[in-house]
Amino acid sequence: MFVDSHYIRSFESNIVMIKELHEKLVNKEISAVALAEKYFAIIAEKDKNLNAYLTLTKELALAQARKVDEKIAAGEEIGILEGIPGAVKDNLCVAGVRATAGSKILDNYIAPYDAGVVTSLKEAGAVILGKVNMDEFAMGSSTEKSAYGATKNPVDLERVPGGSSGGSAAAVASGEAVWALGTDTGGSIRQPASFCGVVGLKPTYGRVSRYGAMAMASSLDQIGPITMNVEDAAIILGAISGESKMDGTSAKSPAKDYTQYLTGKVRGLRIGIVREYIDGLGEGPKKSILAVIETYKKLGAEIKEIELPYAKYALPVYYIIMPCEVSSNLARFDGIKYGMRAVDHVNSVLDFVPEDRNLIETYLDSRRFGLGAEVKRRIMLGTYALSSGYYDAYYLRAQKVRTLIKQDFEKAFAEVDLILTPTTPTPAFKIGEKTADPLEMYLADIFTITANIVGVPAISVPGPLVEVDGVPLPQGFQLMAKWFDEENLLRTAHAYEIADKA
Amino acid sequence: MITKKEVQHIAGLARIGMSEQETEKMATEMSAVLEWIDQLKEVNVDGVEPTAHITGMENRLRQDAQSDFDNQTGIVELFPERKDNYDKVKSVL
Repeated sequence: MFVDSHYIRSFESNIVMIKELHEKLVNKEISAVALAEKYFAIIAEKDKNLNAYLTLTKELALAQARKVDEKIAAGEEIGILEGIPGAVKDNLCVAGVRATAGSKILDNYIAPYDAGVVTSLKEAGAVILGKVNMDEFAMGSSTEKSAYGATKNPVDLERVPGGSSGGSAAAVASGEAVWALGTDTGGSIRQPASFCGVVGLKPTYGRVSRYGAMAMASSLDQIGPITMNVEDAAIILGAISGESKMDGTSAKSPAKDYTQYLTGKVRGLRIGIVREYIDGLGEGPKKSILAVIETYKKLGAEIKEIELPYAKYALPVYYIIMPCEVSSNLARFDGIKYGMRAVDHVNSVLDFVPEDRNLIETYLDSRRFGLGAEVKRRIMLGTYALSSGYYDAYYLRAQKVRTLIKQDFEKAFAEVDLILTPTTPTPAFKIGEKTADPLEMYLADIFTITANIVGVPAISVPGPLVEVDGVPLPQGFQLMAKWFDEENLLRTAHAYEIADKA
Repeated sequence: MITKKEVQHIAGLARIGMSEQETEKMATEMSAVLEWIDQLKEVNVDGVEPTAHITGMENRLRQDAQSDFDNQTGIVELFPERKDNYDKVKSVL
């Protein structure tokens, strides 16, 4: 058993907050270059055990940091994110930097442009330390399905950090980054945040531009921050949100300062809970969520029981819609325009060497050897469900049930302002525990998937720890709010956090 | 239950090469997931409209104007096989 000291510290007074670092930079207690170098030193020390980072961008980071130092030296005012170091999930493009998305098929891929969120963060002056590990093409809940080895949970190295944004969560929880970007299609930001004891925010569908994010399931994907606390998540969201002409589905929502909503006041807010979700939990996670409910009651929020009768179908709906969209989105990885191509003279990974591959054999072998088992399974399921004669039975039916689930939420949000659930049914599981049975892995996302199906914003916040085999492990709780109501979502999450630390 | 023959057909459509052994494993795993997904059949969806875009966004229009990408070299350099500035592929016909 290995408990990382940074993690324990995080529950005390020693949290490194963006604001605190900002003041240190302004007061010249530390330079931006020294800060970046400090983080590279932490990474060099810790990442041998964690495997959170796939690529370090030291040159880029130090160039960015030098610019901030020049501004400070010239007496110019600096923005809240200027000089603050963080990490970017490897399915988001940073110009000139390798982006593998955890897949062998993109082993040699150098992104030719910046993702919209990366442009925004660069403009805000945030320093990019590197790219972090993930399940291949964001398909998985444990980061064990990366082609570049599993990432470990910094709280307990025998456990998974969750996934697919496991590298992002592990980097933040271990102090290898102040902030990290993740992507969330069914819980891939919130579930690892819950497992690692940090905050993970999935904004409303469309709130953040997906330009430059490798698409997994386009009607569900969203980018969001993983941070040590709610305020930092609000700061990052403020920097990355807003309409973009490069993403036709990005919503007309102006960028704004979300920290102004963190008032600590939730009196009178109505929080909905779903009885079956709590009753079905094991003893530890149940105690954890009940304690959260008590805290909100004490803060003056009104707790109301609500019903979401169709929400139990969210998981099967997801496992139709997602693979269908995956099968279409991943058709581009075919060995033709970029990435790995199975060619006649490059055959070290092949178990046979055809004399001369024709075009179709090039496709078949590039995908056969470039893609991992989980990715192939989902492409196959999606191709099957969309193939001639099956469309009505699968994709169309799933989209209809999606409507019914959305109506559940519309009804619920007529009665309550927020919905509170556990983020995950259990704390982090052990490495290797759920890799044999794909279905069992899928169930790790049971509470998080609904927010993607209906598109509402959702956040995971560390709740009371849960003891497993005598070891205290992080357990997050999830809040969901109405479409585009990140204001009440962050306000309510923040109110718990400060009450918990008081 | 999905057969090995069906898996072979789907793998062809998806352009994924598969060994005999992989085909067999895929048939078992796909069958398990499809069987589990079948619970959706118990939901009555008569008269329910499908949802494709969750926040109900309408089409967004822009000028049909061309603009050059600013890093063409970056794209050309990604070609797996290159001849001059062209991506070299096997003959299509």
